[in-house]
This record gives sequence, structure tokens and C-alpha cells, in this order.
Amino acid sequence: MPEQDLRRTPLFQLHVDLGARMVPFAGYSMPVQYTKGIIAEHNHTRNAAGLFDVSHMGQAFLHATDDDPAAVFESLLPGNIAGLAPGRQRYTLLLNDQGGIIDDLMVSRPPAGMDSRCLFLVVNAATKDRDFAHIEDRLGDRVRLERLVDRALLALQGPKAGAVLSRLDPAIGDMGFMDVARFRFRDVDCLISRSGYTGEDGFEISLPADQAPALALRLLDEEEVEPVGLGARDSLRLEAGLCLYGHDLDETTTPVEANLRFALARRRLDAADFPGAQIVLRQIEEGPKRLRVGLRLEGRAPAREGAEIVDDHGAVVGGVTSGGFGPSVGGPIAMGYVGADHAAEGTELGVVVRGKTLSARVVAMPFVPHRFHRKRV
Amino acid sequence: MDIRFTEDHEWIRVEDGVGTVGVTDYAQRQLGDVVYVEVPEVGKAFTKGDESAVVESVKAASEIYAPVSGEVTAANEGLAEEPALVNSSPMADGWFYKIRLADPSELEDLMDEAAYKDFVAGLE
Repeated sequence: MPEQDLRRTPLFQLHVDLGARMVPFAGYSMPVQYTKGIIAEHNHTRNAAGLFDVSHMGQAFLHATDDDPAAVFESLLPGNIAGLAPGRQRYTLLLNDQGGIIDDLMVSRPPAGMDSRCLFLVVNAATKDRDFAHIEDRLGDRVRLERLVDRALLALQGPKAGAVLSRLDPAIGDMGFMDVARFRFRDVDCLISRSGYTGEDGFEISLPADQAPALALRLLDEEEVEPVGLGARDSLRLEAGLCLYGHDLDETTTPVEANLRFALARRRLDAADFPGAQIVLRQIEEGPKRLRVGLRLEGRAPAREGAEIVDDHGAVVGGVTSGGFGPSVGGPIAMGYVGADHAAEGTELGVVVRGKTLSARVVAMPFVPHRFHRKRV
Repeated sequence: MDIRFTEDHEWIRVEDGVGTVGVTDYAQRQLGDVVYVEVPEVGKAFTKGDESAVVESVKAASEIYAPVSGEVTAANEGLAEEPALVNSSPMADGWFYKIRLADPSELEDLMDEAAYKDFVAGLE
């Protein structure tokens, strides 16, 4: 897509002013890195706090025309949305009739004080138009989708994120992982979730687009905060073992194959009332033919998406779907799909890079332990 | 000593018929943090324009093309341990390999320092 046709987030000018290198991503011009570079930005997020512009992602409120939208929305996915309490968020998957993943998304029930008869959705940038069309197509008159095109989304991620945001409002520090709350900073209406895509503690802040640059600057003024681009966002999520839609997940991949069974709610499996339920249940019963695994490569050469995974006879047993250098791991890591016979932790495999087979071992994910802020109940 | 540049941002510095090859500061900035470099084996022969080395940054792999034809006489083993030399010292310690020129006249097709500066200025 030519540069001039790319869409811009409300923070475009700020990125340019900060010296970002802008690249096309999902139809937007987005910062891949700022002046310090991907590794420094990655490490800063692990050690302090990184500010990400994720305004390209799709935000919407899902309203029901008569009743609770959760019951209606559940017909498109295998999660427990009806059981989502006000002020709580959950990861879930839109599925097609074969159990393939149309997208992965975050769903929240707005907190008390807001309209709790709606759901707040955050979907992937590259798939947002298709997702929203799918929801409207399947649910028709039973729901009304309110796309929040005039809202920005900022992510503040890292072990210092809680301390930084607590300076704006001490109550933010009381939120637990996957809590959602509404805050006003100087009359700016923010919907904040304590979640993210880095494996670290962190927050995502939805706010009116025209207020986003001021809040971003306010956060960047804090000494723990540095801007972080999409390059480090990718290395952080890969180390955290989190899937990137369109790479690690697609319409031919089921939640069982993708090792996302936590997104399959017990009640929904018992009722078998979600798209592709019979296929998903059969895969659980019989075991899937292939599974998403983590790979640790020997040496330093990274394996990229598309690299073949081979067994010790050189037979192809799978492929890499995401791979690169893990700055916190200090070496090359990858995720990919392999035949179920090769998916056990510790299995020795090979990954073919430029005609050479590099030794790799199946390892547990995440590659770097998650450090979410879970409250003890 | 004569230094020449390609439009793909390789440099070659020739001394006594042997050229040292690396990438320019502009290239290392475009690549970002380099995490792995695959250098060619000594003795390998290249024709000008062949893929001669690979640089992996955090984001992606990029090919390095042979600026001239010839035979590799040395490879920078230091890059195996410290690939970030390509970022910190692209024109010196971050060199990739040395090549014995098969045809020194090929250098005439490459840019000199002034021409390369103008070329990069046109890209920015």
C-alpha cells in the first residue's frame, strides 16, 4: 500500500517527533521502533515501563437489542462470557463452523457505573473489519455493534507500569490482572484494563482519540516510561508465548491445536453449543493431529515464520509460525506447529534455515515467565 | 586504499588486490539491532551480485551481496560472538569478509564515497 494511503493513529505525529521509524502494518503507518532500537525497548519494558500505541486495534461496544449481549455473543465463541462479572476481562476466540479461529480478542464487561448491559471488545487491527462484519452477519438484529473509531488505545506495560499509573490515580494500583475500570484524568474518560501482550504486568487504556497525545506525553514524562514500537511488541509477546493472529492462529487452526484450551469454558464444552463444537470435542477426545509448541534453537541463528521443522531423519513434521531472537532469553526462539508425536517437551527436532538444519528442542511456553499482577483471593 | 559502495549499502575497501566487505552505517541503522551474521566460508567463490552473507536483525533476515567477484580469503569470526559489532562499528570491526578480487575493473561500477553520500541523501 502506498504511504499516502496508510491510515494514521492519533499518535502519528508524536511517533514522528520521537524519531520513530514508521512502517506499514495492518493498513496503518505504525512505529516499528524509536531511536534506541528494538532490544533496548524490549529490555526497558521488562525492567521498567514501555508505552505502546495500539490504537490501530479494533474497539467496539456490543449492545443487545433486548437482553444481555453475552448470551447472544456466546453463540460465536467457546468462552464463558455470561459469567463475566462487571469490571472483568477475558481472552476469547471467534470460531468458524469448523472450529477454526477467525480471531482472538479481549472481551470485557464494563465496570459498575457504566452500561453493564454491553460488552467491550478489542480485536486485532488486521482483522477488525472482518470480525465486526462476521458479528453483525451472524447476530443480525439481536445486537448492535458500536465501533469506537474515535477512541485511541495506549498500552503501558512493565513492572513499573502500576506505580506510574498510580500517580494519576492511586486506585489504579488496586486493580488485579484482567480487571477493567473507568477513570477520569482531568476530565479525560478512560476505560482501563490491567492486561496486555508482553507477559509483564501492564495496562491498556482506551480513551478519546483527541485526548490521546496529551496522555501519552504525560506518561512519557515519567522517568520510568519510554516509547516502545511494534518490533519489541513482537519480541515481548513471542517470549511470553502469546499468539499473533494471522501467523500462529488462522481459520484452519482450532483452539485445541493451538494449545489454547484455557479459552474453552467447561460449561460450553458440556453444552457443545459453539461453532465447530463437534470438531473441537473430537480433538479433545482423540488428541489433535498437530499442536502448537515452543522451540529453543541451539546456536544464535534465528528461524523465521515458514521455516520447516524436521525430525531426526529429516522428515518434515511441522513449520515455524513465529520466530526470532528473544532478547530476554538471549537466543533464538520460535513457536510453530508439529505433529502430535513430536510435541512432547524435550523432543529434539531440527529447523531448516537457508538449507541448514539447526538443532531445536521443544520447550514449555512461556519462554520468559509471566509476571501478571494477580491478586490473592 | 580505495573504498567503494554499492546501491545495496555494502562497502568494499581494497588493499593489495584484497577487498574487505561490510555494510554501511545507513544499512545498519535500517537493519536495527543485529543478532546474527552468517559469514561465508574461506575459499568460497562469488560472482558479483551473489548472496554472500546474511544479517539477521531482531525483525528479519537480510542478504548481503558480493560487491565484486572473487574468492573469500577471510571471514570475521568475531561476529559469531558479537553480531552487534555491525551496529556499533559497521565500517571497521563489523566487517564481514575479505575477498580476493577476480577483476579489479568491477570496482569502477561502484560508487565512491562522495557519490554514495549523495545516493543516501536522496533516500532520506
